[in-house]
Amino acid sequence: MSKEAWQDLPIGGLILEGGTATKYITGDWRSLRPIWDEEKCISCLNCWIYCPDSSVLVEDEKMIGIDYDHCKGCGICAKECPPKVQAIKMVSEAEFRK
Amino acid sequence: MRVAKTGNEAMAEAMRQINPDVVAAYPITPATEIVQIFSGFVADGVVNTEFVAVESEHSAMSACIGSCAAGARTMTSTSSQGLALMWEMLYIASGLRMPIVLAEVNRALSSPINIHCDHSDTMGARDCGWIQIYCENAQEAYDSLIQAVRIAEESLLPIMVSTDGFIISHGMESMEMLEDAQVKAFVGEYKPQHPLLDLDHPITIGAIDFTDYYFEHKRQTIEAMRNAKGIVAKIGQEFGEKFGRHYGFFEEYKLEDAEIAIVVLGSTAGTSKVVVDELRQKGIKAGLLRLRLFRPFPYQELANALSGIPCIAVMDRSDSLNSAGGPVFTEIRSALYDLEIRPKMVNYIYGLGGRNIDLSQIRSVYEDLATNKTDELVRYLGVRE
Repeated sequence: MSKEAWQDLPIGGLILEGGTATKYITGDWRSLRPIWDEEKCISCLNCWIYCPDSSVLVEDEKMIGIDYDHCKGCGICAKECPPKVQAIKMVSEAEFRK
Repeated sequence: MRVAKTGNEAMAEAMRQINPDVVAAYPITPATEIVQIFSGFVADGVVNTEFVAVESEHSAMSACIGSCAAGARTMTSTSSQGLALMWEMLYIASGLRMPIVLAEVNRALSSPINIHCDHSDTMGARDCGWIQIYCENAQEAYDSLIQAVRIAEESLLPIMVSTDGFIISHGMESMEMLEDAQVKAFVGEYKPQHPLLDLDHPITIGAIDFTDYYFEHKRQTIEAMRNAKGIVAKIGQEFGEKFGRHYGFFEEYKLEDAEIAIVVLGSTAGTSKVVVDELRQKGIKAGLLRLRLFRPFPYQELANALSGIPCIAVMDRSDSLNSAGGPVFTEIRSALYDLEIRPKMVNYIYGLGGRNIDLSQIRSVYEDLATNKTDELVRYLGVRE
């Protein structure tokens, strides 16, 4: 893809729209993948509150999954999931590439 | 209106008349008075400015960037270590193309700790993408700060206007002030292009550039700095036409037929003009060029103005510690490289840490030039040796 010349770009590194982070795939930075167990999940949404990349997907106040395109695998969701629930565990990405 | 003002008072009065939306600042000698006086204007309700008292200069510049991004006309003031502490944010301000106006007072950088004038603070910031104007006196500081608002907003680059610490900042002068309404009309209303607070048009500011975009964005800023030269000239001329005091990139003093000349910035030009007059009375063709605009650097205009002068001394009130001369010297020398007949050039480092520069020292520089004592590239004027 040919990119814009300096004359054709908005100045100051501005991007003239919001929410563009969704277009940037950061999921491939991940070395640990959160695996969510729907059966155990109580939808307390602690993980949704803590996730720094807004990668916990929620619909009608219920957790429905994880956005692997943007999850960087930090593991805070697994850490913040209540000890009695433990619905998320972190698994090495290597396990999925065998 | 003719008034008696110090350099700091003059800059504070200019800020009052500009009436910016936001001022975020932290005090530092010898610039403290500027925002101290200005915060009095805020407390008394004579300006509408939101004054943000921050905990450091790094925070001051950060707050300025935030407020400017939001779409507010933004000003600050600092000196020396304060400017040094802003260093990281200075580059961000220019890279994000924020037209912030900074009233600067030149003071030596530590170490050793010192509060007096030299140009090491702003010279250290010369490559950070800010327009730089060095003033000779309180009048010029006042006039330049008013022009700076327009220059910044038209070029979309930040700008610092500086005076020599204590010499100008605390020295009282007779000067002309404009009416509040004249300044208000001259600076006009600020219309930001893409304010962050325009919720109907959301934007992203400060996104990461990798190898594929950084160079293009820097190239834009380089171009903006090139274009800023024309904007400085245009606004200086407009100011002159309206108010009778004209400003260009530099001031030529008895330079046209000069056989020996010095190039100097700031308050030392006043001292040097006295010596030029003395020498002219004796029939010696001495001249002076006082550089006012250091960024962008007007190299072609300087080459034109200095061409034909056989012997030139460049005075630097800071040293680059590169063992090859001060920043003004190396750039002026480079500007003259393409002249068909290159002049003899010598560099004088003077006045570091506020060391006094007097008539006899300036006389000795012209005497060196008149007697062709230009064998040594860099000399140190006024140091004990």
